[in-house]
Amino acid sequence: MPLVEISGVHKQFDDLEVLKDINLNVEKGEQVTLIGRSGSGKSTLLRCVNGLEPIQRGNIFVDGDHVNDRKTKLKLLRQKVGIVFQSFNLFTHLTVERNITLAPTVVKKMPLDQARDIAHRVLRQVELEDKIHAYPDQLSGGQQQRVAIARSLAMQPKLMLFDEITSALDPELIGEVLKVLEQLAEKGMTMILVSHEMGFARKVADRIVFMHDGRIWESGPPEQMFNNPKTPELEVFMRSIL
Amino acid sequence: MLQEFSTGEIFVYLLFATRWTIYLSLIAFIGGGVVGLIIAMLRVAPLRILNYMAIAYIQFIQGTPLLMQLFLTFFGLAIFGFDVSSWLAATIALIGFASAFLGEIWRGCIQAIPKTQWEASASLGLGILQQMRYVILPQAFKISIPPTVGFLVQVVKGTSLASVIGFIELSRAATAINNVTFRPFLVFTMVGMIYFSLCYPLSVLSQRMERRLNASSRN
Repeated sequence: MPLVEISGVHKQFDDLEVLKDINLNVEKGEQVTLIGRSGSGKSTLLRCVNGLEPIQRGNIFVDGDHVNDRKTKLKLLRQKVGIVFQSFNLFTHLTVERNITLAPTVVKKMPLDQARDIAHRVLRQVELEDKIHAYPDQLSGGQQQRVAIARSLAMQPKLMLFDEITSALDPELIGEVLKVLEQLAEKGMTMILVSHEMGFARKVADRIVFMHDGRIWESGPPEQMFNNPKTPELEVFMRSIL
Repeated sequence: MLQEFSTGEIFVYLLFATRWTIYLSLIAFIGGGVVGLIIAMLRVAPLRILNYMAIAYIQFIQGTPLLMQLFLTFFGLAIFGFDVSSWLAATIALIGFASAFLGEIWRGCIQAIPKTQWEASASLGLGILQQMRYVILPQAFKISIPPTVGFLVQVVKGTSLASVIGFIELSRAATAINNVTFRPFLVFTMVGMIYFSLCYPLSVLSQRMERRLNASSRN
């Protein structure tokens, strides 16, 4: 059974239909990258997966949980699904350590000592253990984004969503964040990314999904998508970014 | 028989009455803070009916004079058979007054916290009250301090209106001592100075905190 099952999903903001009949399955351990122009619906689709955006039609299941069912406790679902945003969204009033331990202690009722051990472990993973007592505004953009990733990992999610996480970064800081993503992928984390980093998508993604006009226009393995686009829209898109 | 009062005696008399101005201010502020927090919560709660209830309360209090609210509490409650003292009536009216304004100030502070902070904490599995408690309120609290302290000045001055329902605080005491000394200029100059010495430090404190908040990016 796929970890993520998206079938027949429609979403609209007022009169604007932003997602049209989306069908997409993501297997456990798979890395899928969503590409497309801005406004094509890729970020919206990602935000539907953890219930941040409601959908009007269709179904989304994550790890067997029916995301768009009112009876589903999103609180529980979100413990299994981490998301990292373009703008980091760290809690600015808390130290790096507390940013990370907050959810494990408050949501999972984990003892603080244990949560701290986890904070050390996930920070080691993103190579920022020395910043554990810093405040977010004392860190560079790249460091903040790595802390945001660590914060999500501390909840031991089964699925990670990444929403254009390098778009707000200076070019020289992108590499350090992508490196963390690559390591996560190697460890077999199931990931859905929205990204403009084509080189990275090519290297890491198992599958690339091209979205256009609110639909999944074309999808396939990276080599095929880059070298033999089947639709003229993808071909134009590829030419415009490479 | 008229008794002669020296300037010093007038001043001491007024200072004693100032106690009641301070007590009333403190109670109005603390009580108004507690009720105001509830108002602010109702105002941002994700339930329309609660929002409208809070808005109606705020609009009523902000849209009518405090003087009228004092009369309404003092005489209005008496009509319904509650025998309220001027002290209790003044307390209730001023708590109502402070809570509406503080509620609205704090609502603004809560809504000033970016929506992304709600999203980030919701995405980690925090429930709405946990998001409020651990993420939103601590950040809103810091930016709320300058306007809150600034509003305290309005509360202190507002207590002077309690004199009209017979509560003896600084203004009422001033009227009384003026009636026996016939030295209005002296008496009310002193009264002005006392109010100023209560309010000025608060204004300065508020401004200083605002500057410090602007200076540091960590909020």
